[in-house]
Amino acid sequence: MADPEGILVKLQTISIFVDDQQRAVDFYTGTLGFEVTADVPLGEHRWLTVRLGSSPEATEVSLEPKGHPAVAPFTDALAGDGIPWCVLGVDDIEAEHQRLAGLGVTFTQPPVDVGPVIVAVLDDTCGNLLQLAQYTS
Amino acid sequence: MGDIFKALADGTRRALLDELLERDEQTLFELCSRLAMKHDLTPTRQAVSQHLDVLEAAGLVVVERRGRYKLHTIDTAPLAQIAERWPTRKASS
Repeated sequence: MADPEGILVKLQTISIFVDDQQRAVDFYTGTLGFEVTADVPLGEHRWLTVRLGSSPEATEVSLEPKGHPAVAPFTDALAGDGIPWCVLGVDDIEAEHQRLAGLGVTFTQPPVDVGPVIVAVLDDTCGNLLQLAQYTS
Repeated sequence: MGDIFKALADGTRRALLDELLERDEQTLFELCSRLAMKHDLTPTRQAVSQHLDVLEAAGLVVVERRGRYKLHTIDTAPLAQIAERWPTRKASS
């Protein structure tokens, strides 16, 4: 068992593969409310990270270009079956669904109560589905 | 057209039809969540996909590809042939 006091790592950055970095940063900041934490030109692409909230402890999300040829078939297959890439927690999923739908966001699944959690799934406009979850118990 | 009797002769496929009645245009992900949480059924996604293929072959599920996603909608019309073949008739006792 790991000693919690001894843990020296934190979940710094995770990646999400996006069709288009500019469209992604527009959606993740403008629509979902993330803030840009790094935007560094890197040849054809950018090292582009966003974060929810202003806490430096919060995990960054790298909006990663789909450069590798294996990525597009993988993300297309997940989206095809409606499988979300990650989970965003919300306190009031009905209100958030209404707000986002009002902004023109496409939902593949409106809020559905599946017991301990109410789940909705939305399209991030860049080739991924994201899950909204409100825990009810 | 596949056999509707074969399509109905499986509890997971009947549960899928129950859940498809709740809402049109569901993804595989949504159907798997519903099976797991409401019916305590946890087959693999691949198995659920194969069940949906059987339902589609029997005309009980219509699959539509919209943009990036595959959406499933119930069609109960083929069930009418059951009642047509065996209309309600009660034995007089």
